[in-house]
Amino acid sequence: MFERYGQYFLNLFLYLIQSLVRYLYYGFQTKLLNMKKIFALLLFVGITASVSAQDKLPSVQIKDIDGKTVNAQELNNDGKPMIVNFWATWCSPCKKELNTISEVYPDWVDETGVKIVAISIDDSRSNSRIKPYVNTKGWEYEIYNDANKELFQAMGGVNPPMTFLIDGNGKIVYTHNGYSPGDEDELYEEVLKISEE
Amino acid sequence: MKTTLLLGASVALFSTSALAQENQNDPGQIHGNVSITAQQYNPDTLINAVVPDAETAMNAFTNLLYTRGNFRAGVRYETYLNRLEGYPQEFSGTGIGYRYAGFTNDKIDITVGNFYDQFGNGLILRSFQEPTLGIDNAMDGVKVKVNPYKGVYLKGLYGKVRTAFDSRIINSDGFVRGFDGEVNLNEMVTKMEASKHRLTLGGSFVSKYQSDDDPDLVLPENVGSWAYRANYTVGGFGLMGEYAYKINDPSLDNRYIYKPGQALMLSTQYSTKGFGIVLDYKYNDNMSYRINRDAKLANAMIGFLPSLTRPHTYNLAATLYPPAVQVNGEVAYQANISYKFKRKSPIGGKYGMTVAVNYAVAYSLDSTLNHGNSNSRYGYESTFLMPGEEKYFQDFNIEIKRKFSKKFKATLMYLNFVYNNNIQQGARDNEGNEVPGTINSHIGILDMSYKINKKHNIRTELQAMFVDKNDAGVLKHQGHWATAVVEYTYSPHWFAAILDQYNFGNPDDVFKIHYLIGTVGYVNGANRVVLSYGKQRAGLFCVGGVCRTVPASNGFTLTLSSSF
Repeated sequence: MFERYGQYFLNLFLYLIQSLVRYLYYGFQTKLLNMKKIFALLLFVGITASVSAQDKLPSVQIKDIDGKTVNAQELNNDGKPMIVNFWATWCSPCKKELNTISEVYPDWVDETGVKIVAISIDDSRSNSRIKPYVNTKGWEYEIYNDANKELFQAMGGVNPPMTFLIDGNGKIVYTHNGYSPGDEDELYEEVLKISEE
Repeated sequence: MKTTLLLGASVALFSTSALAQENQNDPGQIHGNVSITAQQYNPDTLINAVVPDAETAMNAFTNLLYTRGNFRAGVRYETYLNRLEGYPQEFSGTGIGYRYAGFTNDKIDITVGNFYDQFGNGLILRSFQEPTLGIDNAMDGVKVKVNPYKGVYLKGLYGKVRTAFDSRIINSDGFVRGFDGEVNLNEMVTKMEASKHRLTLGGSFVSKYQSDDDPDLVLPENVGSWAYRANYTVGGFGLMGEYAYKINDPSLDNRYIYKPGQALMLSTQYSTKGFGIVLDYKYNDNMSYRINRDAKLANAMIGFLPSLTRPHTYNLAATLYPPAVQVNGEVAYQANISYKFKRKSPIGGKYGMTVAVNYAVAYSLDSTLNHGNSNSRYGYESTFLMPGEEKYFQDFNIEIKRKFSKKFKATLMYLNFVYNNNIQQGARDNEGNEVPGTINSHIGILDMSYKINKKHNIRTELQAMFVDKNDAGVLKHQGHWATAVVEYTYSPHWFAAILDQYNFGNPDDVFKIHYLIGTVGYVNGANRVVLSYGKQRAGLFCVGGVCRTVPASNGFTLTLSSSF
């Protein structure tokens, strides 16, 4: 029965997306479209999107700390929770967040098996600083560089820091934008929630 | 219309092929974000605040990204009604500014429509978006990425460049073709897989086409450029280099000379737990590469020339004298050393202490003009790799961070900027005239953070900047400045802050003004609303080291961002 529903949703979805693209294009070309319609549409699509089932990181190429190309889709933590955090060497709240977590990270790993993937969005102005910064601070995270922000944008990022918590099935269960001291406790509570399940 | 049809067709095509291969139950996912900045403007004659006729302005972006298995498609809706004061004039109206569809599998990845990409460090090709600054040189065409063999990554692209937005995408007349190849030897050669020596080699070729409609000059319509790069690491040691060359490319930037351009970036680093050192070198000579010969500022760029300085975040350091990269040519050096004194050591104290020193300097090229030469269209002669005598910019800074207890930590920072305003042209006096000569400034910053309890935190920043005097004995530019910030956060939802920027040392008493801004923000997961009210100083506004000038303003600013 569920398969039938799935099929139904799928067809509806594909139809929606195709119509959306056509509608927007023809709408604008022929000046039939206005702001109100767009926002109503966005709202509708947004609501429909919340039905989405299986999440996966987008297929975007990023670099590891030694310059090797890695597809973001391959990032995983063997079925355990994974935190994907976007930061930059020029972003002070980002560094505060990762430095604060760094002190308790071994405990987090012991208790829940969580892994933190810290993806820097430094571009060629400052990406030579990533590895020395990480080493000086003694971070034990998995470090990557998304120098042209392609992954960051594909995941809906606006400004760093941006944190995604991903459960063992690859589903994004929690997203947070910005950092205030204490936010790491909320993040860890979310990690505990999914690792208990 | 043609592009519309094409896009519609490819969406249909891709989704059908995706359908055939994917799990039929997967409805796909939609992600995206909305980001809105609205500003209200009050008149304020003292600070020369700008009040547009419409009295309010709004920039908004909505990204809608759909993925289903190997298929993806997306659009971005952009609104500038009207664009924020100080935002580049190429942006106006409301409509779709970005749309694409694409398909990926193990070996190949195809995108049609708009895309961003970068070859190597971006010297000859970088297409990117920096919405807060008004940079968007998205490409519009086709991009193919192939992974034919393990460790071998190839990219090819062909398309136009977005140069403006007027309720729809405005693309360049000309177009760009590019190819990039990269080989990771550790992946490719089985014997090297386990080696500690990691080596990646890459090369790229880019060519732009723009027709020559100049009545006087015979301009090259096809301008080619190429670059080679290598990245080598072993343990904590790393060495990176990229060299780029561009054939003659007369443009407004170089005043229509026929000299070819070249650039070199070198970076070496060593780091181990608690210690890191980075040495950078950059040479760029006549490497401005744009799709429109007469484009200015950040418009119509194909290549990207990075600046070599530490990007600052503290108010006075970030906004008063940040350097701009000189696209016509500069030679820059940078050294950065950081050291962490261990926990429970005599200097490190109970929780450790980090010290970071950074020195960056940029010089002119070592060049001689070709005046009087029959070949003067060549412009000038320059010595490869050598710096000239004129200093464009210098930044020396020391930062000490220390955690004193579980609740209290502090950062102490000293900076010294040497800012050649004849070149940088960012400093204007009270009357709006460019300040001649070089400004030398010293900045001291003390940042203290106290964690009241698990959720409440208070942080203050005290900053002061002192500038030198000119020959007449008057303080240069706008004189001395001080900034005080108090920020209170109540995790995970609330924050409030007051920022006062005070021009206490302005040579003219009338301009000894407080620029006071109050901010309240609410955060819930990926949703963020921030309301601020106050006076904004005219000056440079920088994100991640890229800057634009904003005019003075007085009023409310509302920003809202949300991701889903």
